[in-house]
Amino acid sequence: MKILVCISNVPDTTTKITFTNDNTEFNTAGVQYIVNPYDEIALSKAIELSEGGKGTVTVINVGEASNDPTIRKALAIGADDAVRVNAAPRDAYFVAKQIAEYAKDKDFEIILTGRESIDYNGNQVAAMIGEFLDIPSISIIKKLEINGDAATIEREIEGGKEVLTVNGQFVASCAEGVAEPKIPNMRGIMSARSKPLVVIDAVEIEAVSKVSKYETPAPRGNVKLVQADQSEQLISLLHSEAKVI
Amino acid sequence: MSVLVYVEQAEGKFKKSVFEAVSYAKAIADQSSTNLTAISIGDVAESELNELGKYGASKVLTVNVEQLKTFVNQAYASIIAAAAEKESADVVVLSNSFSGKGLAPRIAVKLKAGLADGAVELPSTDGKFSIKKTAFSGKAFAITELTSANKVIALNPNAFGVKENNTDVAIENFTADIKQSDLGTVIKEIVRATDKVSLPDAELVVSAGRGLKGPENWGMIEELANLLGAATACSKPVSDADWRPHSEHVGQTGISISPNLYIAIGISGAIQHLAGVSSSKVIVVINKDAEAPFFKVADYGIVGDAFEIVPKLIEALKAHKA
Ligand SMILES: Cc1cc2nc3c(=O)[nH]c(=O)nc-3n(C[C@H](O)[C@H](O)[C@H](O)COP(=O)(O)OP(=O)(O)OC[C@H]3O[C@@H](n4cnc5c(N)ncnc54)[C@H](O)[C@@H]3O)c2cc1C
Repeated sequence: MKILVCISNVPDTTTKITFTNDNTEFNTAGVQYIVNPYDEIALSKAIELSEGGKGTVTVINVGEASNDPTIRKALAIGADDAVRVNAAPRDAYFVAKQIAEYAKDKDFEIILTGRESIDYNGNQVAAMIGEFLDIPSISIIKKLEINGDAATIEREIEGGKEVLTVNGQFVASCAEGVAEPKIPNMRGIMSARSKPLVVIDAVEIEAVSKVSKYETPAPRGNVKLVQADQSEQLISLLHSEAKVI
Repeated sequence: MSVLVYVEQAEGKFKKSVFEAVSYAKAIADQSSTNLTAISIGDVAESELNELGKYGASKVLTVNVEQLKTFVNQAYASIIAAAAEKESADVVVLSNSFSGKGLAPRIAVKLKAGLADGAVELPSTDGKFSIKKTAFSGKAFAITELTSANKVIALNPNAFGVKENNTDVAIENFTADIKQSDLGTVIKEIVRATDKVSLPDAELVVSAGRGLKGPENWGMIEELANLLGAATACSKPVSDADWRPHSEHVGQTGISISPNLYIAIGISGAIQHLAGVSSSKVIVVINKDAEAPFFKVADYGIVGDAFEIVPKLIEALKAHKA
């Protein structure tokens, strides 16, 4: 079984988000980059499925050479090899197109992504790859089991879950619960250095969107404290002042 | 040129988030003096379809065939895109719901359209089609310009509100070819907890963290939530420890929510937790540590022991309702 896992390079979860150049650019100064946490879940699931010689896991990233440490981290976690499409990612449409172009003649049986990247929160790449390749896409999955040719998948829906099956090739975006994120061990870190990382060129595609500016949320006013022995006062404040109950 | 809105049904009914998407799509149609068409897929009664007129849809296309009674991502995307082409719609609006998140990107590729997901405002009217959307898990917003001729927008729940706009509505059957290759996934089972408010589109949320010490103490959280008609949520360590299901975990690596009221009980307010909840309109924090970071972003707070305060709030709420 050949599995492709899409890896995004994102600011560490503790990063304070700031912008430069009149709020038109993300301020990368001092920012630590990591494998997108949901992609780690997808990667861990792929490794589980391929363990014991049952398959191979390739990771793919669309990005510039500065992303290589993140890709090496994915190799250290246990991917077999890696591909980097050498281009600055413009938007999800661009990224998905690059990945679909790479994957179209490589017969991967499963393509996995994280449910979203924690920078642009897109939820877009998996379903766009599905459309570019004309294969089923299942978004925000919570469980994945493979039996022979068929996969059984649990997907989150409002207030519940949906269980579905799919035969043949598919792409899915993984949420919490699909697998426990794996932590690289010493052997993984050592072997990651010698695993293949192939760099390929991007294909041209017309741009469909661009971020023109960023904003940060308005700061909140000071907290209004209610004494613990008068906590019932909170209910009346929420009713008459905040008007939310 | 026109606007198309996809109206997602669950068991033949539309939820509030659908009426919100219709209200929002109507406002976009008004911006460019054009009409709003809705597309419904599945078995929905005519009386329910008529409801869409209340929020501004002047036409409803309905597809009701056996194969598409339940959600099939690929086939639904094909039909919505076909409807957009038939209506010459250059803007397609959906709710940024779980299904919407699977559909919007496929529709965008079919229509070669830029996609703004997690939209929180109407597009700008200054000639450029720019939309404000959440980014960095609520730590920022990105003003995204859709530069393509066609555009797809997935609206965040509770971002725009429901606005009535009574319009005469015409209902039309819509037939589109269903490709066999679009039916690759088969639904085996749908499990819905019908007695619970669903978290992503809840207006009120009661959430608790590790301060509650163990799953056996969630009774009072659920009671408070029930009284308010609120959904329940939790912090990551709580779902990691299996005290609560993963579907309740909010934050950077959980669900991002923006309810009108978020009550955080025994949660420290770590940056990753705040990332998913900071766009809530009103935040209430109950924590025994006056230095807990959550107080810095709260509107109301009580410094004290949750085990004493929550039961008192429950009593006060019962009295308030009586
Ligand atoms: C990559 C990454 C991603 C993450 N993503 C998320 C995420 O999406 N969501 C998330 O929530 N976290 C996330 N975290 C974890 C986050 O950093 C915090 O560890 C977590 O939010 C803390 O949860 P907590 O506040 O419930 O627990 P604690 O940090 O243990 O805090 C418990 C709080 O309860 C208070 N308390 C204790 N007893 C009482 C009482 N009797 N009455 C009142 N108050 C009491 C304490 O004062 C304390 O403030 C992530 C971390 C990492 C590294």
